[in-house]
Amino acid sequence: MTELIKNEREFVVPGDEIVKSMDYLPGRNCFREGDAICARKIGLVSLSGRVISVIPLNGAYVPKVGDMVIATVEDIPGTRGWVMNINSPYRAFLPLSGVRDFIDTNRTSLDSVYRIGDVLYAKIHSISGIDMIDISMQDPRARKLRGGRIIKINSSKVPRMIGKQGSMISMIKDRTASRISIGQNGYLWMEGGDEKKVMEAIDMIDREAYMNGLTDKVSKLLGEPKPAPRKEEPKAEEKEEKK
Amino acid sequence: MEAGVIPNAKGSAMVRMGNTVAVAAVYGPREMHPKHKQISDRANLNTIYAMVPFSCTDRIRPGYSRRSQEICKVTRQALEPAVFLEDYPKAAIDVYINIISANAGTRTAGINAASLALADAGIPMRDLVASVATGKIGNDYVMDLAGKEEEETVCDLPVAYMPKSKQITLLQMDGDLSPEDVKKVMELAIKGCEKIYKMQKEALKKRWIK
Repeated sequence: MTELIKNEREFVVPGDEIVKSMDYLPGRNCFREGDAICARKIGLVSLSGRVISVIPLNGAYVPKVGDMVIATVEDIPGTRGWVMNINSPYRAFLPLSGVRDFIDTNRTSLDSVYRIGDVLYAKIHSISGIDMIDISMQDPRARKLRGGRIIKINSSKVPRMIGKQGSMISMIKDRTASRISIGQNGYLWMEGGDEKKVMEAIDMIDREAYMNGLTDKVSKLLGEPKPAPRKEEPKAEEKEEKK
Repeated sequence: MEAGVIPNAKGSAMVRMGNTVAVAAVYGPREMHPKHKQISDRANLNTIYAMVPFSCTDRIRPGYSRRSQEICKVTRQALEPAVFLEDYPKAAIDVYINIISANAGTRTAGINAASLALADAGIPMRDLVASVATGKIGNDYVMDLAGKEEEETVCDLPVAYMPKSKQITLLQMDGDLSPEDVKKVMELAIKGCEKIYKMQKEALKKRWIK
């Protein structure tokens, strides 16, 4: 096989040739130009088997079925459901069938269930066409987020924020005794605990997401585990994803 | 050149070419409003070019002018071939270009900044776009015209170029040139664009890899 022009984990800008060979296949964020495979976005080269892809460093959130996202109610058009903002180029829709309980629209108005401005932790249920995204609350992890605060992070750094098998996020949760939910769309919700510490940790991960030994650095920042005197909450299981 | 200068934008860049300084900010892809202007199979690329009132010796009246509308249009056309607009149908990508200091060559500085900002925002692109103005003064061919130079040219010729795919996306000519002169000047422009392309890559690397 021919050698790569750009090595694995090397930084590329749009248009950079990664390899000039038909032995490889263009994967995520790559395209083929003649013989060459080029990057479409700024990112780091990743190679798995014969497929070359680029891990993006920035960009819009592209919804995937099964993702857990943090969504805000933007509009309630009639009695069909809720229009939700999921921090992507397109808005999502939460239909009545996506809510756990039966709602009799003749008796109750939709805003007695979720009002405009409410924040939900919901699942991407289906995507039919790029701007037809349905979300659903029919998931054990889904819930309405009350109180707390929302922080916006770069959606391409979410996998790093969660860590391998949720290592990073569970460390932050344990050390700060804060309740945290991360949406794949780049919103993070947290409540209670040492909020300042959490913010510092998030800032650090956002800044240095692509650096090695980040977990150790964050661990140092957070210090020793706190004796968490909190009662066990229905903890949301974070979606694991390899970085 | 510097990328990531505006924290609130998805991507941003500042480009200084001589005494001309352009700042570009990219927002989106986001929903296109008004809705009737959505394109069903690709995104709208909205470029908004403006010179701030204090950018040169005379005060520039804020708001649209005939000149700014023209530059918005040529900038959009220079950038469109480089962007995978079909990835985001019905959406809009907004590019705001502000010239905070003008000393000739504002459209080329604007295109350089905008292309850098688009890449910085993680928007899928085929290539970066580099741009430079060349011209002829007396019998000399000159590149990156500045201030007085531009006024004394026989002809000036802004060029935008995609170095990887070797395509020209902007070509304007103000004045007269013979066919041989055009060839010479174009060669010079392409050389300049390639140099700028390298600087753009450096700027992106500096922004993301510390």
